[in-house]
Amino acid sequence: MTHHRVAGVSIPRLDAADKVTGRAQYAIDLTLPGTLHGVCVRSPLPHGRIRSIDKSAAAEAKGVVCIITGEDLAAMPLFPRFGMVPDRPILAIERVRFTGEPVALVVAETRAAARDAAAKVAVDYEDLPPVMTLEDALASGAVLVHEEDLTSEGPSGMGPDGKSNVLYRTEHVWGDAERALKTATVVVEDTFEYPMLYGYAMEPYNAMARFDGQGLTVWTSTHTPYMNRRELARIFSLPLSKVRVVVPYVGGNYGTKGLAKVDPLAALGSWVTGRPVKVVLSIDESMQTARGDSARIFARTGFRADGTMTARIFEILVPAGAYADVSPLVMAKMGVRCLGPYRVPNVRVRTQAVYTNTVPGAALRGFGGPQAVFAGESLMNWGAEELGIPPADIRRVNMANRGEVFHQGLRGLDSDLQADLTILQEELEEQWRVDEAEQDRRRKRGRGFAVSATNVGDETPVSTALVRIHADGTCSLLTGAVEVGQGSRTVLAQILAEEFGIPYDQVSIIQSDTGVGTYERYTAASSTTTLQGLAIQRAVQNARLRIRDLAADAWGLDADDVKKADGGVIVKDQFHDFGEVIKEWFGTEAGEVVGFGAVRGPGDLQEAPVFWEVGNVGVIVSIDSDTLQVRVDSIVTVGDCGFAINPRLVEGQELGAALGGIGGALFEELLYEGGEMINGTLIDYRVPRITDFPTAARCLLPNRQDGVGPYGARGSGEGAIQPVGAAVSAAIAHAAGVRITKLPVTPERLWRALRQAK
Amino acid sequence: MDETMEEIPINTTVNGRSVTALVEARRMLTEFLREDLGLTGVKVSCEVQVCGACTVLLDGMPVSGCSTLAAEAHERTITTIEGLSRGEELHPIQDAFVQSSALQCGYCTPGMVLTVKALLEQNPQPTENEIRHFLEGNICRCGTYGFVMEAIRSLSEAPDGSESVLG
Repeated sequence: MTHHRVAGVSIPRLDAADKVTGRAQYAIDLTLPGTLHGVCVRSPLPHGRIRSIDKSAAAEAKGVVCIITGEDLAAMPLFPRFGMVPDRPILAIERVRFTGEPVALVVAETRAAARDAAAKVAVDYEDLPPVMTLEDALASGAVLVHEEDLTSEGPSGMGPDGKSNVLYRTEHVWGDAERALKTATVVVEDTFEYPMLYGYAMEPYNAMARFDGQGLTVWTSTHTPYMNRRELARIFSLPLSKVRVVVPYVGGNYGTKGLAKVDPLAALGSWVTGRPVKVVLSIDESMQTARGDSARIFARTGFRADGTMTARIFEILVPAGAYADVSPLVMAKMGVRCLGPYRVPNVRVRTQAVYTNTVPGAALRGFGGPQAVFAGESLMNWGAEELGIPPADIRRVNMANRGEVFHQGLRGLDSDLQADLTILQEELEEQWRVDEAEQDRRRKRGRGFAVSATNVGDETPVSTALVRIHADGTCSLLTGAVEVGQGSRTVLAQILAEEFGIPYDQVSIIQSDTGVGTYERYTAASSTTTLQGLAIQRAVQNARLRIRDLAADAWGLDADDVKKADGGVIVKDQFHDFGEVIKEWFGTEAGEVVGFGAVRGPGDLQEAPVFWEVGNVGVIVSIDSDTLQVRVDSIVTVGDCGFAINPRLVEGQELGAALGGIGGALFEELLYEGGEMINGTLIDYRVPRITDFPTAARCLLPNRQDGVGPYGARGSGEGAIQPVGAAVSAAIAHAAGVRITKLPVTPERLWRALRQAK
Repeated sequence: MDETMEEIPINTTVNGRSVTALVEARRMLTEFLREDLGLTGVKVSCEVQVCGACTVLLDGMPVSGCSTLAAEAHERTITTIEGLSRGEELHPIQDAFVQSSALQCGYCTPGMVLTVKALLEQNPQPTENEIRHFLEGNICRCGTYGFVMEAIRSLSEAPDGSESVLG
């Protein structure tokens, strides 16, 4: 293993001091002189036609500057919709498609004045029959959520076609699955349901926008500033050079803040009033803005007597909500991730996402993985049970080896999952023994595990980095990557310091301002360390070549006579730091040198996915005999991220992701009754608290340096959420002898399952 | 309907400094601290007293600023996260959080640190159960609870010798 200075070291987070002192600024904290505040009037109906809007009483309210409706918007020279599939109007135009959809924007001097006035806007609706469920959406003659055909406006194949509620479909077929199932010794099947979840980033959605002589600037909480920039540019017909998106620290993300959410509202307010406008949603409103996709998955798998699979069939249905957001992509990922990291000779997977009159489904940590892996891994466990084979063994005989292509058309598996499984098994067994000694007799215990391999990112990864060497030899990185809590500021600083060979306290990282940092497609898909990390390495190489050329020029040498060194160059056996080279060339202690690096799909990271993010999670649960409440007492995760540049941060990501999975497995679920979300507040929607964190939590990091990123790293952040649903279900099955097909496993559901089993 | 909202004069001490102000009757403590005094370290999240992000100390006791009227600060002392450090010098709890990397996005951190301060002042050697019970009102959606408990452990010792969380 190469010796590293700082890569591989758990240095304390570089943003920690800001965050523990309250100095850290989030978009919600920012303000400008003269800022106005926007508050939305929202639809009380899941589906309706807007007959009229009476602004008169509201317009007279104290402090109100203007009230904008969808009708006003439609008359403006603006592109009124946004989204990857541009189906979502900034304000509802003629129709409302989910309860909570913004119908008007009230802009006033204070947020309180805007709120007071918003309550006075009178909207007259005509009810339309709501499409609330998969059945409603897919029924023949179903009411259409979108009546227009927008398929030509978004990525190919996605969007409403005006004929049905289908938003997108994919299919993966190889071999002949139906026939291969007939030759199986054991076939297991069922329909699995994964709940609709709320990400609950603790900083609610917010944005502040300002138009001025240079164009539009938006300060917001997002992890995709460059994508938001493009959407805003389209809305206002501006060139990219005149749109700037600035992102300070982000108070929670988990994928939920991808693409524009409230940016267009704030920008619209500023465009109309000519003043800065800030829109800050409450958490209740945030729950009416975006949520995680639920899924209904029919799954079937055939096994031979030795446990090897003959075939897998999946039919995946996703009720995606009123607007597409990235649900088509989430659905498509489910179609790959359900299969697992296994050799499956015959496959038929079909996915379908449909529009419904519910809050739009958007990205959420795991991006389709938790849903799909719950189904796929549960069947692996059932197959093992019916064949009388240990669950670990049934994985081993099917599991792809490192380097092996296991999904047609996609990159081979880049992790040694077989070795990870060994570590997971040993650790889980050890935890079981320890836990046994402490058991409470009123609780039934069980253990279970699951594994996953998930294809990260899209087919066109793009990441660029700009590095600067200052006149004193210290360095900066200008990056489009966002610090959302995952620790990018710290890890990227470690990479920068490592590459230049200077101490990490001599570098600075300037992040997520599209007017300053260079293009970063997204901070998502667990890919920042890999993509931006590679871009940084290339940028540093580029900068070093320039330094070399400057040194050669300044000292009258051949380029070959300038040798690379940590923090500088060696010329005629003498070390000169970067600052000296710059001083020598510029003639004084002034000037600087930059380097640019880029990473892209074509010809570079051409094979998709960039890497497989893997997950290995084992849990021990205990069930209260009286209340049937399930608790995860112990969790083990093997974080196979290739190489942990900052091990402590990887542990934090692994355990944090796993806890998120526990929420979905045991108690998180958004519920609709009739047209209404009935638990759309934090009082009614339960998220994991410190009391839910397992008593024992172990994270192992194999560090085999087999990743495609710097120093053999790949990525982390979502791997540990994928297997949790199936792992918890397996543990419950071990404890109570019931099979789980629907999450979350509330006490009531467990009670019903136990009764049914009798 | 343009009623003039009643305004209430308050004299309060915030982070050791005396503050005199006139606040609307309905103004919440978070709004007063963040907007009137510029203390944006006080975070706002659920606004229904459930998440703990807006925790400030009112006469040393953790309260939800979102559900406390600004007027209630009259003749009382308030400590926000900004009141803990002295210039660049961190309070030991803040330092423990930094050393343990007991945070990720950091949005829950001010509230969490203040609640830990109140805990350790009441109970310098809390057991794991006592820690979990006291912090149950502080949500960390990033799931950094394990490292938070490590940070607390580094500042105290459990009298029952219970094992470290990250065994």
